[in-house]
Amino acid sequence: MTIKKARELLDKKEISAKELAEGALLQIEKRNKELNVFLEVYDDVLKQAEDAQKLIDSKKSSELTGIPLAVKDNILIKGRKASAASKILENYTATYTATAAQKLLDQSVVFMGRTNMDEFAMGGSTENSAYGVTKNPHDTERVAGGSSGGSAVAVAADMAMGALGSDTGGSVREPASFCGVVGLKPTYGSVSRYGLMAMGSSLDVIGPIGKTVSDVEIIFDAIKGKDKYDSTSIDISPLSPSYIKRGKEGKMKIGVPYHILDQKGISDDVKKNTDESIEKLKNLGFEIQEIKLPNIDKSLAVYYIVMPAEVSSNMARYDGIKYGLSVPGKNLLEVYKKTRGEGFGKEVRRRIILGTYVLSSGYYDAYYSKAMAARKIIGLEFAEAFEKVDAILTPTAPSPAFKIGEKSDPLEMYLADIFTVTANIVGVPALSLPSGFASPKPSAEAGFSEINGKKLPLGIQLMSPHSSENILFEIGKYFLGEVSH
Amino acid sequence: MISKEEIKKLADLARIEIGEEEQAKLALEMDAILDYVGQISEISEGSAFPSPEQGEGHAIVGGEVNIMREDENPTASGTYSKELIAEFPRKEGNYLKVKKIL
Repeated sequence: MTIKKARELLDKKEISAKELAEGALLQIEKRNKELNVFLEVYDDVLKQAEDAQKLIDSKKSSELTGIPLAVKDNILIKGRKASAASKILENYTATYTATAAQKLLDQSVVFMGRTNMDEFAMGGSTENSAYGVTKNPHDTERVAGGSSGGSAVAVAADMAMGALGSDTGGSVREPASFCGVVGLKPTYGSVSRYGLMAMGSSLDVIGPIGKTVSDVEIIFDAIKGKDKYDSTSIDISPLSPSYIKRGKEGKMKIGVPYHILDQKGISDDVKKNTDESIEKLKNLGFEIQEIKLPNIDKSLAVYYIVMPAEVSSNMARYDGIKYGLSVPGKNLLEVYKKTRGEGFGKEVRRRIILGTYVLSSGYYDAYYSKAMAARKIIGLEFAEAFEKVDAILTPTAPSPAFKIGEKSDPLEMYLADIFTVTANIVGVPALSLPSGFASPKPSAEAGFSEINGKKLPLGIQLMSPHSSENILFEIGKYFLGEVSH
Repeated sequence: MISKEEIKKLADLARIEIGEEEQAKLALEMDAILDYVGQISEISEGSAFPSPEQGEGHAIVGGEVNIMREDENPTASGTYSKELIAEFPRKEGNYLKVKKIL
């Protein structure tokens, strides 16, 4: 059931908030053990539902009152545990509430629990969780994607009607694509980062995951807005900027940078599905235009310099002194080193060291400085492209969900972010839409194309100019058949 | 090529204890990653290429600026103390306990 439908039924008293919560709890009971979605299911879910019902009964409900939602384990809710799926915060209880979570609490949503993720959101498969991998509900031998893998599966497996994730380089969109649901990475700053554990502060944004574009839009509208606790936050209104559609007769124009589809490592299933999705959009009346983004192929390199640089400074706060894990040592330095050595997992350690390297005095100019300049150039290329088209289409990921343990080499894993990181580098909004399934192949010769008769979801990604989420929602609703001409 | 010793030095700077075996593995992985990200040196430098400006609080590379506000109206002392103190790994009364620094 969609959030939109549930709202109708709740307000018409055809279903109660408690029944919705019980439905979600039943799904959790059935499949959470197998899929490893929730790190904790809150023990007051039914109490939350009863409180929401009181508001509904007195006709004081808002759009999300009584709707069961899941929250990623790196978003704080005061008094509840938040561990970022790390050993270093295993027993940490949040001392304040994230603005995005508070805005949902203000509407009396029902928070089901906190979802599994790659440790501190560093990864694209949820394999980097200190608490075990989250499995893909479409094929449990495969990853759910990441880092918001738990949030995507919670929605895909009906354990919640929507979820919050966070997206630094694709962490909402890639798992949404792997699990066949809708995921939005909003414009940088449109959702407050207050209370989101920082990873790459110039890239991070909280984003919603849902079954439909309308549901994602409802959650986004609830959490967005300028916040005095985040100086980078901004207000966006659906009416401004007054955006002139580029296509003829009010038709929207979608640009496709075909040249990036020729890169190595993109599966045939994805290429075929992208072509089919473009055809579908044409048939729906959208104009398609080829565009060139000459430096987009450098995006991933820029990302894997800027992000670890920011990670290395953001992770400095976990030192075993103020909160979280503290491993005893014979002096202060040893407390730091042992706590961080034992508390952080491999990938977090790797990124801190990489960041320390690219920021060190001898290499700063060759890496960080160069990456910041490249970031600006890619941004200018996007601005130029958006003079001609309303949105840009790419696949969300270069392949369907891969097998658990398949990508043991870190660089190989990073390449899965190739289409998603650009939106974070440029700060524009991006939406991943389910666009079909990888077609089963009888022969097992082609690595990740081997499907074993199981249908694996694929996704396409749309990007649009800053603060124009409305364009993404409009195209997305046509694409998924939520509206028609 | 990054040596094992360099990895050890970086880990020390980042205050992370890393075992011998992992140092060697990390050196190999870092080489591959740095080789890949090194391609940004090939970025086409058109007329739009911005020159890096240095300086704290000023426009930095990319023209981004810091957003400042007056440091005023502080939260009343003690507002969050109870929750924060409850998270201290080691404490004595309401004091955070640490190893001696000197």
